[in-house]
Amino acid sequence: MKKQWKGYLFIMPWLIGLLAFTVIPMLFSLYISFTEWPILKGPTFIFLDNYVKILKDPMFYDSLWVTVKYVVFTVIPILFISLFIAVLLNAKIRFRGMFRTIFYLPAVLPSVAVSLVWALIFNADYGLINNMLRVPGIYAPNWLGDPKWALAAVCIMSIWSGCSTNIILFLAGLQGVSRTYYEAAELDGANAFHKLKNITIPLVSPVIFFNLIMLIINSFQVFSAAMMLTKGGPADATRFYVLYLYDNAFSYYKMGYASALAWLLFLIIMGLNLFVFKTSGKWVYYEGGE
Amino acid sequence: MRKVKKKKIYAGQALIYCILALGVAVTVVPLFWQITISLKSSNTIFETVPHIFPREFRFENYTEALEAMHFVKYLGNTVFVTVMTVIGILISCSLTAFGFARLEFKGKKQLFFILVSTMMLPSQVTLIPLYMVYSRLGWINTYLPLIVPHFLGNAFYIFMLRQFFLTIPRELDEAAVIDGCSTFRIYWNIILPLCKPALLTVALLAFNAAWNDFMGPLIYVNDTAKYTLSLGLYIFKNSEKYGPQWNYMMAAGTIMMIPVLLLYAFFQKQFIEGIATSGLKG
Repeated sequence: MKKQWKGYLFIMPWLIGLLAFTVIPMLFSLYISFTEWPILKGPTFIFLDNYVKILKDPMFYDSLWVTVKYVVFTVIPILFISLFIAVLLNAKIRFRGMFRTIFYLPAVLPSVAVSLVWALIFNADYGLINNMLRVPGIYAPNWLGDPKWALAAVCIMSIWSGCSTNIILFLAGLQGVSRTYYEAAELDGANAFHKLKNITIPLVSPVIFFNLIMLIINSFQVFSAAMMLTKGGPADATRFYVLYLYDNAFSYYKMGYASALAWLLFLIIMGLNLFVFKTSGKWVYYEGGE
Repeated sequence: MRKVKKKKIYAGQALIYCILALGVAVTVVPLFWQITISLKSSNTIFETVPHIFPREFRFENYTEALEAMHFVKYLGNTVFVTVMTVIGILISCSLTAFGFARLEFKGKKQLFFILVSTMMLPSQVTLIPLYMVYSRLGWINTYLPLIVPHFLGNAFYIFMLRQFFLTIPRELDEAAVIDGCSTFRIYWNIILPLCKPALLTVALLAFNAAWNDFMGPLIYVNDTAKYTLSLGLYIFKNSEKYGPQWNYMMAAGTIMMIPVLLLYAFFQKQFIEGIATSGLKG
């Protein structure tokens, strides 16, 4: 077959990249996770010791728990708010294009610059939020300085920037739903809520599924937001999993331990996605019926 | 009866506009506020009653912030890394996407499945081994770790381009084959010119991602002369001298946003449609 080699030739850049930047590093990473490897010295093979140590490390559980709370309190609000906004945008309204452009805006902005603005918005003394809360005399917390509120602050900022992409994806999904379903339902006397529950939600459920998976993957890796806003503090209230991993690798230079943390993160994300996949048969509806 | 129903529709419409307007306000108020603060003098930023729109216009903040954060230098660095990244992605991803969309070879399905699954791989798994390899190669503190991987493909953009290439009718290549066109010329003279919109979308998204990247420069670049804008801004925020001066910080942040905002203003359709199609076909 003359044609065969041409195909491999064209995908060669990616094939080399796959080997050099994914497959080999993954295997190497697994090996590193079985060693004690202070970066300046050589490795000592200790097999599963890193994993055993991690399972006894209170900071591992704390950072995982903070991350899980973050995932729950960003992913669910983002899904609800974006779907809600997208349904409204899909109604018969004017200026849809303009609304869409504005709602997508946060996604294109540099996260570092965005975090900077939010650091000021959350400022305890002269931040925008506290200034507004003080007008009616509501308690104005020290958002970024109080362990009870710091996580909430990071979540709020992530919801603000995370909705944009999801709104666009939901809207694209909604625009694919044929109007005839709604017309038939209206003839049967269905109200707006019925239409939402029985037509819209089932027909965009594949998009909900896709967004849920991507949001889980991305939220578990939260890093820049916390680096800019809180640097993991106060009192480790926002010491997310990847922050802890980063500290181990690049502050304490414990490459073996950090690699083991990375592999556990990978397994946790995969396990969770597998669970979502398994349950998806019950709530994801494919029009084609596959 | 009919009138009542119409009234109800108007009320519903009004409610929709109100909620959407609220959403717009939540989206843009932080940005307006950022600009307002960026134009204040250092002694008025601590006002207790906030103004969303600016009342004073101290444009010197911008020039002073530019100087303080070595903006021109970091801008040059960022432009270099970003442009190289975009070039790398356009070349490697269009070639690979062409292979997957148009050519037949053994294991294509399996390889494509692998490609899609790598999109879900958390980057932390490969971060540490790559760092160690780069440090052996002497690549730390250079832009090579930020640029070279993009010359070797990116699953997301390959996927997007492949979807687009598949929409080009095959008759075009078949006719070209009869005329004696080589495979490379079909790619270069037929597919690429017809896919300019998709290539533009990929270039824009890649530009945006590279311009905004923070973790990459944070890990691989530590010489201040080589900082990119995002890293410069991060250091600027944590510096003792400028950190508390919010007007300068906001000016610096605004400056970093301007190029992205301009691109978005001109090409919003490509940005939005690129994202919309990539999600649906996944």
